[in-house]
Amino acid sequence: MTITLIFLACIMATVIFWLLRQTFNIQPWVSDEVADEVTGMSLDLKPQAIALTTFMAVATSLFALFASAYSLRMEMPDWRPLNEPMILWINSFFLVLASIAYQWSRAKVASTDIGSKKLVIGLGIAGVFSILFIFGQLSAWQELNSKGLYVSSNPAVAFFYVFTAMHGIHLLGGLYVWARSLAKIYQNQDLRIVRTSVELCTIYWHFMLLVWLLLFGLMIAT
Amino acid sequence: MPIAIALILLVVGSVIFHLVSPWWFTPLASNWGAIDDTIDLTFWVTGFVFVAVNLFMAYAVIKYRTEPGKKAKYDPENHKLEKWLTIFTSIGIVAMLAPGLLVWGRFVDVPENAMQVEVLAQQWHWSYRLPGEDGEFGNVSAKLITDENPFGMDYDDPVGQDDILISSPELHLPLNVPVNLNLRAKDVLHNFTVAEFRVKMDMVPGMVTSLWFTPTKLGRYDLLCEELCGIAHHAMRGAVIVDEVQDFENWVASHPTLNDTQVRMAYDADPGAAASQYAVCAACHGQQGEGMVVLNAPKISGQSEWYLRKQLENYKNGVRGTHKDDVYGQQMAPMSMTLFNDEAMDNVISHIQSFPDNPAPKSITGDIEKGKETYAVCAYCHGQQGEGIKAMNAPRMSGMTDWYLERQLQNFKKGIRGQHPEDYYGKQMGFMARILQDDKKIRDLVAYMNTF
Amino acid sequence: MSYVALVDRDHEQDHHDPDTFLTKYVWSQDHKVIAIQYGGLAILVGVVALVLSVLMRLQLGFPNEFALINPESYYQFVTMHGMIMVVYLLTALFLGGFGNYLIPLMCGSRDMVFPFLNMLSVWVYFLSVIILIASFFVPGGATGAGWTLYPPQSLSGGTPGTDMGIILMLVSLGVFIVAATMGGLNYVTTVLQYRCKGMTLMRLPLSVWGIFTATILALLAFPALLVSAIMMILDHSVGTSFFMPAMISEGQQLSYNDGSPILFQHLFWFFGHPEVYIVALPAFGLVSDVLATHARKNIFGYRMMVWAILAIGGLSFIVWAHHMYVSGMNPYFGFFFATTTLIIAVPTALKVYNWVLTLWQGNIHLRVPMLFAIGFIFTFIHGGLTGLFLGNVTIDLPLSDTYFVVAHFHMVMGVSPVLVVFASIYHWFPLMSGKMFNETLGKWHFWLTFLGAYAVYLPMHYLGFQGVPRRYFSLGTTDFLPESAHTLNASITISAIILALAQLLFFINIFISLRNGKKAKPNCWGATSLEWLTPDTPPKHGNWGHDLPEVHRWAYDYSVPGQSQDFTPQTVPASEVPVGRDHGVDHDT
Repeated sequence: MTITLIFLACIMATVIFWLLRQTFNIQPWVSDEVADEVTGMSLDLKPQAIALTTFMAVATSLFALFASAYSLRMEMPDWRPLNEPMILWINSFFLVLASIAYQWSRAKVASTDIGSKKLVIGLGIAGVFSILFIFGQLSAWQELNSKGLYVSSNPAVAFFYVFTAMHGIHLLGGLYVWARSLAKIYQNQDLRIVRTSVELCTIYWHFMLLVWLLLFGLMIAT
Repeated sequence: MPIAIALILLVVGSVIFHLVSPWWFTPLASNWGAIDDTIDLTFWVTGFVFVAVNLFMAYAVIKYRTEPGKKAKYDPENHKLEKWLTIFTSIGIVAMLAPGLLVWGRFVDVPENAMQVEVLAQQWHWSYRLPGEDGEFGNVSAKLITDENPFGMDYDDPVGQDDILISSPELHLPLNVPVNLNLRAKDVLHNFTVAEFRVKMDMVPGMVTSLWFTPTKLGRYDLLCEELCGIAHHAMRGAVIVDEVQDFENWVASHPTLNDTQVRMAYDADPGAAASQYAVCAACHGQQGEGMVVLNAPKISGQSEWYLRKQLENYKNGVRGTHKDDVYGQQMAPMSMTLFNDEAMDNVISHIQSFPDNPAPKSITGDIEKGKETYAVCAYCHGQQGEGIKAMNAPRMSGMTDWYLERQLQNFKKGIRGQHPEDYYGKQMGFMARILQDDKKIRDLVAYMNTF
Repeated sequence: MSYVALVDRDHEQDHHDPDTFLTKYVWSQDHKVIAIQYGGLAILVGVVALVLSVLMRLQLGFPNEFALINPESYYQFVTMHGMIMVVYLLTALFLGGFGNYLIPLMCGSRDMVFPFLNMLSVWVYFLSVIILIASFFVPGGATGAGWTLYPPQSLSGGTPGTDMGIILMLVSLGVFIVAATMGGLNYVTTVLQYRCKGMTLMRLPLSVWGIFTATILALLAFPALLVSAIMMILDHSVGTSFFMPAMISEGQQLSYNDGSPILFQHLFWFFGHPEVYIVALPAFGLVSDVLATHARKNIFGYRMMVWAILAIGGLSFIVWAHHMYVSGMNPYFGFFFATTTLIIAVPTALKVYNWVLTLWQGNIHLRVPMLFAIGFIFTFIHGGLTGLFLGNVTIDLPLSDTYFVVAHFHMVMGVSPVLVVFASIYHWFPLMSGKMFNETLGKWHFWLTFLGAYAVYLPMHYLGFQGVPRRYFSLGTTDFLPESAHTLNASITISAIILALAQLLFFINIFISLRNGKKAKPNCWGATSLEWLTPDTPPKHGNWGHDLPEVHRWAYDYSVPGQSQDFTPQTVPASEVPVGRDHGVDHDT
């Protein structure tokens, strides 16, 4: 539970600190002409960015709770550490590449016109590596399966399957948005829309990479 | 305005209800008087706040209810007032919390001289284990639990040989000796609660939890399970009996150690003696234990060994067959006395086990579909096909005498059977039989059981 | 990054003005329609749960008299009643219902930020309700493991619904979490980014603060339930041992190993305790606005109220194990969790003081919503104070798992939030429907509900003191319970039946008021907050007509000295305040 607590303490502390800063020295019943002119947006961010940040907070909570469950379950006597398949290192490398490709595409979308070949290439590479990652994860499953390590074999294996599955589902969700941004480029849609979508996907991919590395780290460390 | 009056009346009414309520804590029978003191203190603090704030609110509603021309005061905040209210509330909180934590500190600190007792819970029964002379429990494992080894004892562990296993829901404890209960569960969560002792703790399969207290009053106390454990949760009853130390030691001495029971299990029945002892029974129950309706004797062939033994013991000990309306039970009780010792009982039971198991003739009909619906509840203990499950202390009913089943269900329902304080399993059946609202429901049920 | 939100927003709205019946009332993306869909469905399942509670009470008051109720169905009723009331009624109603209706209106925006996602949310919620109700009709029936769904008994023998029932329950909860997350993303983003000009955070009505904070709690706490649901489904269907220990069921060894039932309890209550505040915080917010409006007085200590909401929200994540004092967890945790639990009482008490101080020196109009609000303060004080018993780890020892617990949580998160629900529905009904409700019926409804609920739950505490255990199909005979305890139990049942029947008055009132109610004047209570200031009553699609409102003051300018009206709407600039002799406006007429 400690991991979750630390994480939630951080989120709550940030949120509460931020909200308190908005509220602390204000006496709202006093007429305030400066306040009359505010736009009603608390942050200089697009709503989509806020929704994504919030969603990432939810996902972090989810994974942190899984990690806490993992650490609590480890203490029981039937725990047998798992030898993680080596292919996971390659998969991690794919995901890093996908993340880099996204970062590069984001730089392109900020500087070039829509329909630019470079952007399509960048997105394409990011997508291909992400798909490779997912297939790599599936082959890690197959490897465990062929060794006779099933979900029910022991809790470490079960957690491995659950972690990779949950992470994979989140990444598939990301790939859906990825496919939509490619479609938008082919439809020559408004630059702003494509830019938003690429920017947000980049953040999400970095987030998915971070989550994966933390989960992977947790599993090989124990 | 009526709301203000209602508030005042509710406050006054609640206080009066509190003062005159006959429903209050049971008299304390353990060392945990400090818990009662903490509750009293909390009552004073919270009671004061309850009365004060609500009366203040009622007063405000009366005084400031709307009238033509009235205008509210504009009063955004009052920092000083809020500060004082915070301080005042915090003091109240500390006053309640501090004693609470001190008492909890004593609860988590088990006295070193405490007597160790193990409580083992299962759906829907209690059993106990005492560590024997060496004061240590032998190894147990859930994986070792079988019908023959209900505690999951590791028979190879020398420490466990002198453990005393008590397969009865009744636990005796000595007066004024601190006792630490080691709580285990076989299947699902349970909870050990004796209201008079004040303390309780969940029992979790796969873990040993614990709980300590010192009984301070002689007597018999109801033991309840207070963690939902399935459909017969409410019927999972036991008892703790607080004895003088000498009586307690006698009670312990009357139980065999694990080693003793293993020796006894090796006893072989003597076929010759068995046949002659059974002759008495045969007069009513038939030569092959097939039962005789004219003599009101049910079929006993094919019934499980453990159930026959339990019932014979109950008859012998006056636990069954003593109710004034239990006419046929009263006939059986003196018969059971002819089994004067354990060997005699072993002989008779093993003789009955050797009879062919032919289904009893069926005499009761009814709405089988309705009976099937009712049986869903019975199946939890007696099995889908009425085959009986020893682990649940539920006897077999399939192929047994139907008129006898009907009569026993009536007896359980009316409290003719299963009301003796020591008949814990019978009491449980009583809880269940009472959901059979009318005679038709019973006949439908028995008719369905005839289809097994 | 310059993003001109206001312009964009107006631009977007032009596209999907609904015109067909289907887009207007079924696949609607209008937050007000979605709110009514959410609220209506929540109340509908709530009625199912209410009927279940009456069935339970019948068995408890008059044991074994009714053939419909046997131990199996009883525990199914217990489970479904609890889960529906907590999750599918209260959570959905406060966040999906009131949140959807009030957030955009009170913030001064045209709709939620993502209307399509919002529509998806309500239909996903509908799906979760369907799955939940379906579990009654599968082989083996609904799960009877209690709303806490503790393993092992939720998956092993001796409990009804361990085949299909429990799986449907878990899947339904999973689907509900998806719906709640979709909604939650919308509420958070809308409150943060879609307020109208001049609406600073500190000018928001407390309703928005309460719903906003509760949404954050929901977003962070629901994953705990999802995690435990996923792991439990695997334990059930694939044979993992996350929660299931080596155990025996009905005499047979099961193939599980060393799973930890306590782990489930930690995860469950990590969700379950914030869940209490997910229900309570919106109620705190809504009732504050009702009180201020009908007392014609600013809410006392607005800033303290906001901070208290935030503090309670933050603290609610570190008190979960007070549900587990006697669960067999490490007993030393008791010290920590008892302390945090009692600390949370301080901000909560401050909120109560401030409500009462809002009445003080007010100009109190005892209309129906106000009656419910005052009733709420009373029951909440009662329920809050009994919480101090249970939160204090020592006192929890005798009281845990008794009727005292049942009485406490029904008082604090059953009766109290429901009184706020009624206060809010009566308060905003004229706005939502454009019709006035029937005052007399409303008053009858209040008195029967308020007094009925107290007659049910006050005596129940005392049965708990005596040691009557909760979740018992029937008490039977015990040495320590006098006959009078059974009589008291029967009297509770009679009160409960009256209480349940009294709710018919509410539905009758809504029905006849919708058909024949007097037409409501705009801003009929003389309120200051934006939702009452729309050009149309009820507000039309897009809420604000041509121009978005501009806000110049906080939401509680009631009875400002020197002004001729006893309320000054948020949109009135300082220069346009009607100054003059005080008249004391009465809006009852």
